[in-house]
Amino acid sequence: MTEIPEHLLKRAQAAREKAVSEPAADAAADAPAESAGESRIPEALLKRSQAAKASKAGGDASAAEAGGGGGVAVADKVGALVTAAPAGGGVPVGAGPGGHTQRLLTVVKSGSIQDVKATPVDKVHTWPHLLAAEFVAALAMTAFTFIFSIFVNAPLLQLANTNATPNPSKAPWYFLGLQEMLTMFHPMVAGVTLPGVGIILLILAPYLDRNPSIKPEDRKFATSIMTVHLMFWAVLVMIGSFFRGPGFAFVLPWVDGLFFEL
Amino acid sequence: MSKIIDDKPRPTIKDRINAAVDATQGSQAWSSIFRPGSIFRKGYTDSPRNRSYVIMNSVLYHLHPVKVKRHAVKVSYTLCLGGLSFFLFILLTVTGIFLMFFYRPEATAAWNDIRNLQTSVTFGLLVRNMHRWGAHLMVLAVFLHMARVFYHGAYKPPREFNWVIGVILLTLTLLLSFTGYLLPWDQLALWAVTVGTNMMGYTPVFGAEVRFVLLGGAEIGSETLLRWYVLHVLFLPFVIVIFMAIHFWRVRKDGGISGPL
Repeated sequence: MTEIPEHLLKRAQAAREKAVSEPAADAAADAPAESAGESRIPEALLKRSQAAKASKAGGDASAAEAGGGGGVAVADKVGALVTAAPAGGGVPVGAGPGGHTQRLLTVVKSGSIQDVKATPVDKVHTWPHLLAAEFVAALAMTAFTFIFSIFVNAPLLQLANTNATPNPSKAPWYFLGLQEMLTMFHPMVAGVTLPGVGIILLILAPYLDRNPSIKPEDRKFATSIMTVHLMFWAVLVMIGSFFRGPGFAFVLPWVDGLFFEL
Repeated sequence: MSKIIDDKPRPTIKDRINAAVDATQGSQAWSSIFRPGSIFRKGYTDSPRNRSYVIMNSVLYHLHPVKVKRHAVKVSYTLCLGGLSFFLFILLTVTGIFLMFFYRPEATAAWNDIRNLQTSVTFGLLVRNMHRWGAHLMVLAVFLHMARVFYHGAYKPPREFNWVIGVILLTLTLLLSFTGYLLPWDQLALWAVTVGTNMMGYTPVFGAEVRFVLLGGAEIGSETLLRWYVLHVLFLPFVIVIFMAIHFWRVRKDGGISGPL
């Protein structure tokens, strides 16, 4: 057997109680008037049902009663509809003025069945809008790497020789910030502690930053502190790369030349 | 005596080509290869349905959802940095596989192999250059991607853990680049790695052990070259692919990329 969700059961229970507490006939009569202000039933439908009721009032009494019960019954008034329907009796219950056999049984308010909580998001198709951009970016990157590689060769120095230490000996560029700090701190601090703390702080960043906003104007502190550290790091890398010569002493690249290989 | 028995005009070349294309595209083999939504399929039209199928029915494209937020498509928001990092990884894999055909990770052979690659192998120098510059570009792209994500506050809930994965990916990228640095076995490689691993040796408590395991001895030598080669071409790529898979999967699970601001 299908399981009925808890909230639907509750809602049905509430509706049943409401229907019991109000006299069914009153409810049917009042419905059009009271719902004009707040009901979600379209105005046109209400008018049509009222007109139908009025036209039937002159004719068959029992049909009019059934029409009144059925025409405007909403989900909340299920009880009223169920009790009213048998009153229509016999065959011609559904027969309208033109002999139509279909008629409006009930209008169910959308909110009574489903309550959509998701707000619509402005979306576009991935193909072509995103894939085209990605494809162009990938092509441009390939072209750049390709053309750059045609004109600039990767370095290949002399065969490695453990007995001939080049002066200066430099780490790859992304570690030159660390090597630069070696000139200021003990190797354990510069080579292990500071980068270790840096990586741990980076990992912890989302848990340390409790500010829920992503708007730049609300994040001045976070933005400043990150910028300061990135700039600090970039400056260290640049000094290590371009301003350090033999003996890792400070040099000016435009005076003493470059001591840097990528 | 010749008599015209058929009034139909002879099919032109264009008609014949069209008929051949139709027959090919209508064949069972063709439509079994190109799934619905493929632009190569017979009767392809640019419809919302086919735009969805392009993504859903492609093993590569279904990394993406069928639809994305409108602002996520703006190049000015992401600068394509994450995608370019991934693309550079693929470029490096392709060029790296090429290089592997000509390289032996032995102290006596490595440098000669690289020199022969540059001088005697067709496109060897070009591919090596692309691998080298691509590697530097990838470090740069990953780093800039991290900065972009930070400045957009994209690490905030529910994306905290994906940021953590991202930091791990940055570290793995640096390690991949660093292990590759040794492989040419020239003076630059040897001494750059010497400087780097000396710093590692200062790790408290187990620094000496870490350095010993990584170098395969007390000093850099042939064993180091083999170890770093395996790390560079197998171990680290394997690990980084796993983390990349989690990273991309989390991007979607966390509701696509962040924003708009």
